[in-house]
Amino acid sequence: MDVAEYQDAFAAALLADAGQASPSTVVERLRRQPGFAVYRNTVMKGCIDALQANFPTVERLVGEEWLRAAAGVFARGQLPSQPSLLLYGEEFPSFLAAFEPAQEIPYLADVARVDRLWTEAHVAADAPALAAAALAALPPSEMSSVVLRLHPAARWIWSDDWPIHALWSRNRSHDADPGAPMEWIAEGVLVTRPLGPVQVEPFARGGVALLDACRSGRSIEGAVQCALEAQPDVDLAALVQQLLQAGAFSALQPIATKEST
Amino acid sequence: MTAVTAGLGLKPQHFDEAERCAAPGVWFEVHAENYTVDGGPRLAWLERIRARHPVSLHGVALSLAADAPPEPRQLERLAALVERIEPVLVSEHLAWSTWRGAYRPDLLPVPRTAGVRQRVIDNIQRVQDRLRRRIALENPSHYLAFDEHASDEVGFLVEIARRSGCALLLDVNNVHVSANNLHYRADEVIDAIPADLVAEIHLAGHGEDPTLGAALLIDTHDAPVAPAVWALYERLVARIGPRPTLIERDEHIPPFEELLRERERAHARLVEPVAEAA
Repeated sequence: MDVAEYQDAFAAALLADAGQASPSTVVERLRRQPGFAVYRNTVMKGCIDALQANFPTVERLVGEEWLRAAAGVFARGQLPSQPSLLLYGEEFPSFLAAFEPAQEIPYLADVARVDRLWTEAHVAADAPALAAAALAALPPSEMSSVVLRLHPAARWIWSDDWPIHALWSRNRSHDADPGAPMEWIAEGVLVTRPLGPVQVEPFARGGVALLDACRSGRSIEGAVQCALEAQPDVDLAALVQQLLQAGAFSALQPIATKEST
Repeated sequence: MTAVTAGLGLKPQHFDEAERCAAPGVWFEVHAENYTVDGGPRLAWLERIRARHPVSLHGVALSLAADAPPEPRQLERLAALVERIEPVLVSEHLAWSTWRGAYRPDLLPVPRTAGVRQRVIDNIQRVQDRLRRRIALENPSHYLAFDEHASDEVGFLVEIARRSGCALLLDVNNVHVSANNLHYRADEVIDAIPADLVAEIHLAGHGEDPTLGAALLIDTHDAPVAPAVWALYERLVARIGPRPTLIERDEHIPPFEELLRERERAHARLVEPVAEAA
C-alpha cells in the first residue's frame, strides 16, 4: 500500500462529515470501526482546547459553549500549521470578524486580536529593555541616524471603532469592575513583556504611529514626525516615558543606509 | 544525586510545588512542543525546574510515522530546547500528526508494513543525528484494527529500535488500552518487550467510550492509574528491573499532593530491593 495515499485519505476522513465514505478502501475499513471516532474527536478537541486557551477574553464575552462551537468551525477550515498549539489561531480574529453569528458583538474580533497579541508577546524571545538613560544620553544630532529597535515581545494595535483596551481588560481580568462606566472611544493597546509577565496598557494614536515607523526602520526623528502627524496633540514626553517603562524597545541601532528627511 | 525513579508530568499550575518538591528520585516530564518557543516566562519556568530536578522532553508532534521527514523547523526548535534544558530523556511516539503542512493534535496510527518501518527508522535516525543523542520511542494507544499489519506491535517496535538505535518508552496504560480494544493479551505484550530496550515507562489513567463502554477504552490521561495497569507495571518491573517511570495526567488535574501520592507508589516499587528467586 502507498503510505502517502493512506495518510491523505485518513487525514481527509478525520475532518469529513461523520458517515461520509472514504474513497480509500483501506481508510473506509478503518472509518467503519467505532474506534475511528476517537481520532476524529481527539483532533477536534485538541484544536478547540487550544483556541479556548488562546482566546480567554473572547470566551468570557461569548461563553464557553459558543466559543467552542465557533472554534470547531474554524478548526475544520484551518488546522494548526505548526506542530505546536501555543500559537494556534493567528487567523481566528479575522475568522470572527467575518463569522455571521459573531456580528452581535461587533468588537469581538478586535478583542480577539488583543488576545492574540498577548499570546505572541508571551512566547516571544527574551531581550533586555532599552534603558531610559541610554536614550537620554543620545546626542540630538544623532536622532536622524538612529533607530529605536523594538523589543521582540512588543505588540500594538489600534481600533478606530472601539475602546479595545477597556473592553479587553474588563473581560480578561476577573477583578475588573464590570459596572465601571465605559467611554466609547477609539483606542489602541500596547502589549509588552518587560519583566516576565505580559503587560497590556492603553495606547494613543500617536504611539501606534511611532511604533509603526520604528518597525519600518524610520529614525527616531522620523518616527516622532509620524507620531505628530497621526496625533498633532500627542504628549511626546509622556509617550516616550510610557514606551520606555513598558519595555517596548530593546536597543538603539544606527541606521546603515541614509534616510532622506 | 539520587538516581531518577518515578516522575510526574509537569503542569503549569504545579510549577511552584514542583520546583520545591524534594521527594527522592523525583523528575518531571513536559511535552516538548509546549516549550519550543523563542522565550518568555514558560521557558524561564522550565529552566528553574531544571535547575532543581531532572527534566525529560516528551515530543508529541515530530510525526515520525508520516511518510515524510520531520518538519525541519520543529526539529531545529527541539534541538535548541534539548541544548538549553539538557534533558535526562527525550522521547517521541510511533505515530503521525503533521502531514502536508497541517498539524493534527493526536497520535495517528499507521499500518505496520515494511515501508512504514523503514520510514520510521530513517526519521528516528534523522532526529538522533540532529539531537546527537538516543531517543526513546513510545507505543501509542490503538483503537483500530488494520488488515494491512504485517507484524505484531512488539516485533515492529523491536525491529525499529534495533535498526535505528533508539530505545523504547513503554506506555503500560497504552498496552492495556490497546489490548482491550483489539482483543489480545496485554500481559503477553508486557512479557515480550526486551528488557535492554526499555529506557522509560509511562503510566496513566484511561476512560471508557461514552457509548460503547468498556469495549472501547480511551487513553484520556484524566484519571488515576487503573489497578489493571498497576498490575502490568508490577509484572514488567519484576522482570526487567527498575526504569524511570512517569505518571501522566493531562485532564482533571488534581492537587499536586495527590499526584505525588500516586507517584510514591511507583517510586516505592522502583526502590524495592530486587527479590531473589526462592
